[in-house]
Amino acid sequence: MQIYLPIAEVSVNAFLLLGLGGIVGILSGMFGVGGGFLMTPLLFMIGIPPAVAVATEANQIVASSFSGVLAHLKRKTVDLRMGTVLLIGGLVGAALGVVVFNYLKAQGQVDLLVKLCYVVFLGVIGGLMFIESLNAIRKTKSGKPPARKKHNWIHGLPFKMRFRVSGLYISVIPPLLVGVAVGILAAIMGVGGGFIMVPAMIYLLGMPTKVVVGTSLFQIIFVTGFTTLLHATTNFTVDIVLAVLLLVGGVIGAQIGTRIGVKMKAEQLRILLALMVLAVCGKLALDLLLMPSELYSVGAAAGH
Amino acid sequence: MPRFLTALLALSLLCTGPLWAEEVVLGLSKDKVSITTSFDGSDILIFGAVKREKAIPEGPPIEVIVTVAGPSMPLTVRRKAKRLGIWVNTDAVEVDRAPSFYAVQTSGPLREVLKDVEDLRHKISVPRAIRSVGAPSNISDAESFTEALIRIRSRSDLYQLREDAVTVSEQTLFRTAVRLPAALTEGDYVTRIFLTRDGQVISSYDTTIDVQKVGLERWLFELSRGQPLLYGIMSIAIAIAAGWAASAVFRMFRA
Repeated sequence: MQIYLPIAEVSVNAFLLLGLGGIVGILSGMFGVGGGFLMTPLLFMIGIPPAVAVATEANQIVASSFSGVLAHLKRKTVDLRMGTVLLIGGLVGAALGVVVFNYLKAQGQVDLLVKLCYVVFLGVIGGLMFIESLNAIRKTKSGKPPARKKHNWIHGLPFKMRFRVSGLYISVIPPLLVGVAVGILAAIMGVGGGFIMVPAMIYLLGMPTKVVVGTSLFQIIFVTGFTTLLHATTNFTVDIVLAVLLLVGGVIGAQIGTRIGVKMKAEQLRILLALMVLAVCGKLALDLLLMPSELYSVGAAAGH
Repeated sequence: MPRFLTALLALSLLCTGPLWAEEVVLGLSKDKVSITTSFDGSDILIFGAVKREKAIPEGPPIEVIVTVAGPSMPLTVRRKAKRLGIWVNTDAVEVDRAPSFYAVQTSGPLREVLKDVEDLRHKISVPRAIRSVGAPSNISDAESFTEALIRIRSRSDLYQLREDAVTVSEQTLFRTAVRLPAALTEGDYVTRIFLTRDGQVISSYDTTIDVQKVGLERWLFELSRGQPLLYGIMSIAIAIAAGWAASAVFRMFRA
């Protein structure tokens, strides 16, 4: 069934969008990532204009994260306190990110920078996570208890705060900085930033994996909600019909995903996320390295 | 003064007189295309007749060219090149005006039914319909950018050249169907009909087809432009509601 999207001004198959939303929703619920880093390139592929894809995707992530967070709240796997600290950093970062983005746009080459950001961040994070989870699986197989809560420089910082749900007593500075960094990247790359946030919480802050997913989703809701509003008011590129189609699939998927995620071991969950991140990274890297079949591209005129 | 004007009018009538010998009477299957939610492209039947005072002139037969053009917009065409091992956009050429949609349908091979000079004057063929003045001095092959634009848009049926698509019977009646693709931009679609003989345009006629979003599409589009903040808040509210609803429905199933 074809549906004409009023803002994107293209006609697409409604069931295709429902399906895409569902698949990305499952991943979102399982891993605590918004799924934007998967969905946005997929939307490009089916012919949605990039500006509309990025903006609408932010709106869809609001829905799937909200659905996911409700499931996690019931299970008490959301650290609201940590989430709020991350969120404060995130909003500051998002605002900074918009400034950076506009500066880069004026310099040209913003597309390239976004892609390079993707490749570098996805590659580094995916690679680190993959190696770490492999080691963790090997350790549990050999029967040794996993080493946790190593004290490092992070624990020496001032302004300590107790995060009961995460079982942490650390300074608020690292989570704030993580929030800012993720916010900046989120605004530039047009994603919720879960795929950066989740590993940062696990490896930098030392939060337990089970809490990480819910907390990440919690702060993603606000960051992507903020992004949606920014796009809707400045670029007029949020397509609500597209968003509704994606989010109907997405919210159902997120519910299923959360349930799958609970049944899986933390290491398995991490290794799967790592593989997925690496796959997307590989695809984007190939796009940059291989000669494209069409060297030319058509875009709106500069300054319009 | 009035006498002067009358004389001028008479003179101009006299000059254009021969062109009026054969003119177009046009019909459209519809002069308004409504984009609804289920819009999936549209076929427009364009038909008409050649009206003449005298008998059909001797010589080469009459040929008909029909063009339909969507709203024009300035564009940037970029080209990628390999720099430091990766493919990046390097050169860019600004195209001053390029129609968002452009279809040319003719009753015979375009080069035979239309002389180059006439094409230049009336801007009929696809490359002529795109106006591109002055590429940056560092780009020597500006034409390849226009060619790329045509190639990319032809691939998605936005630019069409269909020769022999207009049927002309007895040098008087003609008909053709133009297929508007699903990915259509709103606006006035200028439809032009040219009558040619021996490659010379002897008469032309133009009208517009109104392409407009209607109903829900119209409402959403206008809300997003007129009340962007409200639209944004509505989008988020729908997202939150959908997220909550899905969660509630699943909880019901579990309970």
